[in-house]
Amino acid sequence: MSIENKRPNKAKKKRNRLIFRTAILAVLFVAIIYAVVTNLNKDNTIYKIGDQAPDFQLEQINHNNEVESIQLSELQGKGVMLNFWGTWCDPCEAEMPYMQQLYPEYKEKGVEIIAVVLNDTRFNVKQFVNKYDLTFPIPFDNKGAIQDLYKIGPIPSSFFISPEGEIVEKVEGALTLERLEGYLKQIEPEDNQD
Amino acid sequence: MKSIKCECGHVNPEGTVLCEACGKPIEGNQHIDGNDKKKLLNMRYDGTARRSQTYNKSIIDKIWSFFSSVKVGVWLIVLALIASAIGTIFPQQQYIPIDAISRDPAIYYPETYGILGQIYYQLGLHNLFSSWWYLILIALIGVSLVICSLDRFVPLYKALKIQKAKRHKTFLSRQRLYSESDEVSEKEKEQVIQNLKKQRYKVRIEDGHVLAEKGRFSRWGPYVNHIGLIIILLAALLRSTPMFYTNEYVWVREGEQIVIPGTDREYFIENKGFILDVYDENDERFKDAIQKEGRIIPSNFQTNAVVYKQSDDAVAGSETDLEKVAETEIRMNHPLEFDGYKLYQSGYQLNEFSQMTFEIQEMPEEEGAEVESFGEFTIDLINPQSEYELDNGFTVVIDEYFPDYFLDSNGPNTETQHPRNPTFIFNVYPPDTDKYETSFVGDIIGAADSIGIDTNSVELKPMGEVLGMFATNLDATGENEYQVAIKNMDFHRVSGLSVRKDSTLPIFGFGAFIFMFGVIQGMYWQHRRIWIQPTDKGIRLAAHTNKNWFGVKKDIEKVIENTNVKMVEDQQELDE
Repeated sequence: MSIENKRPNKAKKKRNRLIFRTAILAVLFVAIIYAVVTNLNKDNTIYKIGDQAPDFQLEQINHNNEVESIQLSELQGKGVMLNFWGTWCDPCEAEMPYMQQLYPEYKEKGVEIIAVVLNDTRFNVKQFVNKYDLTFPIPFDNKGAIQDLYKIGPIPSSFFISPEGEIVEKVEGALTLERLEGYLKQIEPEDNQD
Repeated sequence: MKSIKCECGHVNPEGTVLCEACGKPIEGNQHIDGNDKKKLLNMRYDGTARRSQTYNKSIIDKIWSFFSSVKVGVWLIVLALIASAIGTIFPQQQYIPIDAISRDPAIYYPETYGILGQIYYQLGLHNLFSSWWYLILIALIGVSLVICSLDRFVPLYKALKIQKAKRHKTFLSRQRLYSESDEVSEKEKEQVIQNLKKQRYKVRIEDGHVLAEKGRFSRWGPYVNHIGLIIILLAALLRSTPMFYTNEYVWVREGEQIVIPGTDREYFIENKGFILDVYDENDERFKDAIQKEGRIIPSNFQTNAVVYKQSDDAVAGSETDLEKVAETEIRMNHPLEFDGYKLYQSGYQLNEFSQMTFEIQEMPEEEGAEVESFGEFTIDLINPQSEYELDNGFTVVIDEYFPDYFLDSNGPNTETQHPRNPTFIFNVYPPDTDKYETSFVGDIIGAADSIGIDTNSVELKPMGEVLGMFATNLDATGENEYQVAIKNMDFHRVSGLSVRKDSTLPIFGFGAFIFMFGVIQGMYWQHRRIWIQPTDKGIRLAAHTNKNWFGVKKDIEKVIENTNVKMVEDQQELDE
C-alpha cells in the first residue's frame, strides 16, 4: 500500500484515536471528581441543603401538645423546623425559650417546630417542658433511629425544611432569637407571605 | 502525521526508531532513543513510536502526552512520597492526645507547634489522606498509570506482532549479542534450528532468515501488574462510599434495644447481657502480672447480642415487627456477622446505674443512731416516674433528676443523659399534709471516689448495699424530720461495639492477586529472541533478551554446539 492510499484511512484512525483518548480521559476525570467529592462530604452528613428531608415517625411526648405521634411527611405544605436536643445539653436549653417565643406566631403562619429529643428520660423532658412551658411537639427518639437517619453529631442541630419538604438550611449549635426568626421566615409557605 | 516507509516496504508511523518489520534504524529518529551516540541499539519498546512523544495537536492530545510521560509519573510518585513524609512530622488528627489543650485541630496545631503547626493545619497535612490535594495527587498517579500503560502496551503489542524474521543487517549487528560466522553448512544451519526448537523456541523462517523467540508472554507482565494497581485504586475509590464501606460505633446498655448506626435503620441490636471476666488475683500464675499492672485485668468481655431486622417499607422511627436475624456472643476476635456487617466487641463501660431503692427514715438524732423506717420505693433510672406513693401514706415527688450529676458554679447539673451518677432532689410529703420536705440525695460516684474506689475499673455492683451509706444526703433547711436514704442500687454495663462493613476487601484482594500475577509474569520469564541471517557462505547471529543475558548466552551455547557457528560476543562490554 502506498502512502497516498493510506491517507483517508489515516484520517479515520486519527479521529478514532481522538475519540478513544477523550473517552478515557473523561472516565478518569469523572472518577477523580467522584473521589474528591465523596471524600469532602464524608463529614457524616448524608442529608445536605437541597435534599429532601427523609421521613420518620415517632411518639410525641410533650403533654402540652395533643398530637400523639409525629410523621414528618404529614407536615407537607408547612415549613418545618426540625430541632434535635437533649435536656442535659446547655446550649439546647439556651435556644429553647426563643423557639417557644416564636412558635405561636409562626404556627399561625404555617411553620411547625418539631424538637426531637435524643435518648433522654421522659421524666426530665416533662420537667423541662414545664420549666419553659413548651407547646410544640417533642418526638422521643430513644432508639437512636432518627439520630442515625439525620446523622446528628453534637447537639443542638436544626434543619429548616421548606413546605415542599426540602432542606433549606442546616444549623449546628445554638441559635439567637434574630437568627432563628430569619430562618423561620425562609420556610414560611408562599401563600402566607405578603 | 508523516509516515516513514522503510526499505523493506513496511510503512512505519512517525516517531518510529526501529522499523517495526525489519528493525532497520530509521534515519533522523535515532536521537529519540539515543542510538545516534551508541553502537548498540536501544531495544526499549522495540523501538516503536510512542506517538505521544512525537506530536501534539489538540488539547486532548496534549493532556494525553503529558500523562504518557514516565518522567511525569515518577515525579507524581516522588511528590506523593514527600507529602506523605511531611505528614509524619506532627501527629495526624486522630492521634491528637486526649490530654491535649484542645481536640480541635484548628486550635491544637497552632497552640502546640506555633506557626509551623498553623501551616501544617492550613495545608490539610493533619488529615493527609483525606485532604483534597493529596487525593488528587494519588488520582493523577492513577491517570498516569493508565495512560503510560496504554501508550506503551499498544505499540509494543503491534511491533511484536508485525516483526518479521527477515531483519535489516544493521539491526542484527547493533544488537548486544552478535557474531558473524564465515563458513556454515546447510546441515549445520538445520541442526541449529532443530536445537532451537529443542530449547522450546518458536521458530519462524522467511527466505532462510530465522527468528527464534520464546517467553514473549513475559513482556505483558508490567501491564498486567498495572491493571492490578488500577483495580486496587478503584477499590480505594469505592471504599469512600457508604454502600461499600461503613465504620460506626454504638453504645448499647444491657437490656436496651437500639438502631445499629450505618445500616440505614434496617437493623436493631439488643444487648441481652454483658459479661466481664477478669484474671484471678489469687491465682499464682497471674499474681505478679496483676500486681505489676496495678489494676484488674479482664480476660474476657463479651456481649450476648440479638440482631433484629426491620421490614423494608417501615418509616424510620415507627415501631414495626422486628424479625430476629442473629443471636450470638460477641467477643474479642469473634464478631457477629449479618448481611455483610460485622459487629466487633470494642469497649465497655461499667457502673451505669439501672435502679436505686430508697428508704424514708426518721432523721437520726445523732450519727449512727438506730432509725425508724417509713417504707421503701425503687426508681428505674432509665425511666423514672414523677412521683412515688408509699403504702403508708408517704408520697415522694421527684423535683429534679440529674442522671450524670456534677456541681459547678451554677449549681447542680448533669453532664450527659446517661445514669452514670444519678442524683435527685426529692420533695417528701408525709401522710395527710401538703407540706413537704426537700432532700438532696445521690452522687454515689463522688462518694466512692472520696473513699478511694477507682470507679472506672472496679465494679460497684457487689457494693450496692453499702455504698448508699456514703452517698450525699443533704437537708436544705436543716429542719427535716425525715431523710431519704439510699438502701440499695443496681447497675448495668454498657457495651461498645464497632459496626463495620467493607465490601471492597475482595476487590482489594483481586487487585493484589492480579498485581502479583503480573510481577511473576514479568520476573520469572524472559522474552528471548535469536535472529539468524544467511550471508554468502555463513551466517550472522544476534540475540536480544529483556533480562538475564547470561541465560540467553547459555541457550546459544547449547544451540551451536558441534557446529562452525561462532559464539556471540557481548558487544556491550566491547562498547565500553
